Amino acid sequence: MSALLEVRDLVKTHRVAAGTVHAVSGVSLRLDAAETLALVGESGCGKSTVGRAILQLPPPDSGRVAFDGTELTTLSRRRMRALRPGLQMVLQDPRAALHPRRRVRGIVAEGLVNARRPKGETAATVDAVLTAVGLDPAQVADRRPEEFSGGQCQRIAIARALAVQPRLLVCDEPVASLDVSVQAQVINLLADLRAERGLAMLFISHDLAVVRTIADRVAVMYLGRVVETGPVAEVYARPRHPYTRALLDSSPVPDPDAPPLGPALSGEVPSPLDPPSGCRFRTRCPLAEARCAAEVPALAEVGAGHRSACHFAADL
Amino acid sequence: MTPAAPTVPATTAAAERPTRRRRHGRLLARLAHLVGVLVLVTLAATALVDLLPGSPAATILGPTATAEAIAELEAETGYDRPLPERYATWLGNALTGDLGSSVQSNRPVLEQILDRVPVTLELTVLALVMALAAAVPAALLAAHREGGPADRAATGLASGLLSVPVFVAGVLLIYAFAVVTGWFPVSGWSPLSDGLVDNLAFAFLPALALAIGEAPGFYRLLRGDLVHTLHQDFVRTAEVRGLPRRYVLLRHALRPSSFSLLTVAAMTFGRLLAGSVVVESLFALPGLGALALQAIPARDLPLIQGIVALVAVVYVVVNMVVDAAYAVLDPRVRAA
Amino acid sequence: MSTGTGTAVATPVAKRRPALWLALGWLGLVVLLALTADLLPLPAPDEPVGAPSLAPFAPDGPLLGTDPIGRSVASRLVHGARLSLLVGLSATLIAAVVGTALGLCAAYLRGAAERVIALVTDSLLAFPPLLVLLALAAVVRPGLTTLAVSLGLLFVPAFTRLSKALAVVEMGREYVLAARVLGASGPRMLTRELLPVCLAPVAAYAVVVLATIMVIEGSLSFLGVGIPPPAASWGSMIAGGKDFLFDAPYLIALPCLAIFATVFALNTAGDWFRGLTARGER
Repeated sequence: MSALLEVRDLVKTHRVAAGTVHAVSGVSLRLDAAETLALVGESGCGKSTVGRAILQLPPPDSGRVAFDGTELTTLSRRRMRALRPGLQMVLQDPRAALHPRRRVRGIVAEGLVNARRPKGETAATVDAVLTAVGLDPAQVADRRPEEFSGGQCQRIAIARALAVQPRLLVCDEPVASLDVSVQAQVINLLADLRAERGLAMLFISHDLAVVRTIADRVAVMYLGRVVETGPVAEVYARPRHPYTRALLDSSPVPDPDAPPLGPALSGEVPSPLDPPSGCRFRTRCPLAEARCAAEVPALAEVGAGHRSACHFAADL
Repeated sequence: MTPAAPTVPATTAAAERPTRRRRHGRLLARLAHLVGVLVLVTLAATALVDLLPGSPAATILGPTATAEAIAELEAETGYDRPLPERYATWLGNALTGDLGSSVQSNRPVLEQILDRVPVTLELTVLALVMALAAAVPAALLAAHREGGPADRAATGLASGLLSVPVFVAGVLLIYAFAVVTGWFPVSGWSPLSDGLVDNLAFAFLPALALAIGEAPGFYRLLRGDLVHTLHQDFVRTAEVRGLPRRYVLLRHALRPSSFSLLTVAAMTFGRLLAGSVVVESLFALPGLGALALQAIPARDLPLIQGIVALVAVVYVVVNMVVDAAYAVLDPRVRAA
Repeated sequence: MSTGTGTAVATPVAKRRPALWLALGWLGLVVLLALTADLLPLPAPDEPVGAPSLAPFAPDGPLLGTDPIGRSVASRLVHGARLSLLVGLSATLIAAVVGTALGLCAAYLRGAAERVIALVTDSLLAFPPLLVLLALAAVVRPGLTTLAVSLGLLFVPAFTRLSKALAVVEMGREYVLAARVLGASGPRMLTRELLPVCLAPVAAYAVVVLATIMVIEGSLSFLGVGIPPPAASWGSMIAGGKDFLFDAPYLIALPCLAIFATVFALNTAGDWFRGLTARGER
């Protein structure tokens, strides 16, 4: 069975005044239909860039992105636009993602209008998706985003994405800007919708706890590369990369006396302008040796569906 | 994607090398852009001839021209050649200093231009000096007490003067100071070599007419900059330490504000050079603008092309030099 | 070009500014006269109607006097207004439309298109305006159309820069990214997302540009290469009157006043309008 989304060797850089930022340096992923893959890492590791590069906004510098068998990187603009309804995105800041001077009805209908759907069908779909996200169309449709809370705006954004019936939903830190009490509601909403519609999700987040509740598999990123990937429960219970261990350790747990999974990290995240040679994590890794500077570790199997990019994964 | 804090020491040396290379790359890109603009501008000047309906040579010589005369002129000037060829020839000649010969006088174009440049140059410099002499103190006074009577009066005056076209200012000045009071000559020119006082007598009103047009702009810019700088924290700190406002104004606020003023002044210099046509016509000054003006009814195409190309090139180069100097002088720009 | 971009003295919008109302009033008057020029009880602007150089308010002469050829000054003022406004508005419209289109394309397409547009813009800016227009006057018979088109083209860069700056900011907004995710096409992005942001600032800037264009047209007419005689233009009226400064100063006084008042009114209104649109952009 071929995957819904296959990403191979994605590379994305961008120029800034001080040099070239190596945002993504060879990321490969795979997502099956109705599956949720979480992409986690600290700020600046490139996970948001991966999300946008998959949607070709902007297209990656190199690498392949195959969606449902179609190679996206070589498509013409028009052909890509035709495919867009299948790949939708929910962004981090819901207020910034909604046009401030338009009404909710117009905002949610935007994708349908672009696809030139008939008016009657559009109106019906708008009502349907608003209801699906827990909002009453009669109350909501003729208002402007400024009249709603952050959580409600995010629901509107989700409704907008759902209206065009996507098969893949890229969620880029969808709850990071929301109050903690609202986060759970939105996460549950996403889980319900996913189940109802058989959506595949690429869930980008830095919050490990949230990821545990919603993802099937997880890929951990560090400084533009994937360092570990596997089923969520497995990776969380038995992390096989020093960075994943440190990341999990830094996440607050209910039991303060529980022992840490590994030694604490030293140093700071290097600049993506000039990443370290070989394994990019070596400058902070307690296990680093000469080999780590010379040789980039490849993602290798360490268990069923569980892979790690560390020369010493077997020993962890 | 925010690059994080200090890099591990082993990588900083490597990070420095690309920066210098990049700056060179940017400089080259800027130079390429400059050359591109110059080419486009001089090409357009050459293409002017193509806008003439019919044969350029026939138009120049007029309806009484014989067929031989037309053919001769065409062969001489190459006006019948296609544009790329004409441009290449013109460019080749221009780079060796040959801008062709004027149709009216048969004198070399470059020579005629250089004859006239001193007048226009003197006029421009004088106008610039006058404008700055008026604008800088006025701006300092206005910024000293923002919103006060001096500020309101000066700003109001500036708004008014901004709306006075150069030829209106010139004509009114002539009326007031030459016709009615007779303090200055109405028109004409006395070269510097014939005496400074005479020269200034003839140059004063025209330069003033130009200055009236430029001073308000300088004033507004400097005042805005001064006020902005005065609102900054480091100035308030200085005042709290007990330094008098006047001292703070001159010593701390003027320097950063003067950068943008210098830039604008330098760019205005280039613009004045070109725009003094009106003043030279009104006051009958033998300058570059007047030369261009007299070339029009005579359809003196080589002359016009030469003047436009030369002035445009000077204009572009002045602007580019100012840009570069600004980047060097203002550390804030350099860090960007 | 207008250098009036310095910080204006802050005034609250609600405060009644007499200068602004006067400015708008004068502009309204000029526009009205220009529109109704043919309907007014005025003699034709290029026909002599009386003794030459009659002073205004003379007992038997036309209201505002006659020029050296005997033509009615009042009529020439009004018809001059019409021509100047016509040329000015057309040129401003050309500059605004072409300039904004170029700026939006540069901001949306980026890459090679942006570089080419920057090259063209800088080249246009490199031309000293008056000289270029003079040069054009040598090769092309001066007429209203060539005047309007060449003036308009000279001011394209100003609008390109403005609209590009606004559009680039807008392109960085998340809801614009969302629009692309939802399949908005290029033209749709330009017209629905980017253009609306530019409309008010461009309109406000256009008022100030109009003032500058009218001054340049006045200068050209003054030099004799603008609006072709015998059509009346404030610039050419001033040129015609400058030789009679001692005997008949009113010949230049009236058109000078007219041009000053109009340009000042445009600048005042334009500055206020720009202040409005800048504030609304928060």
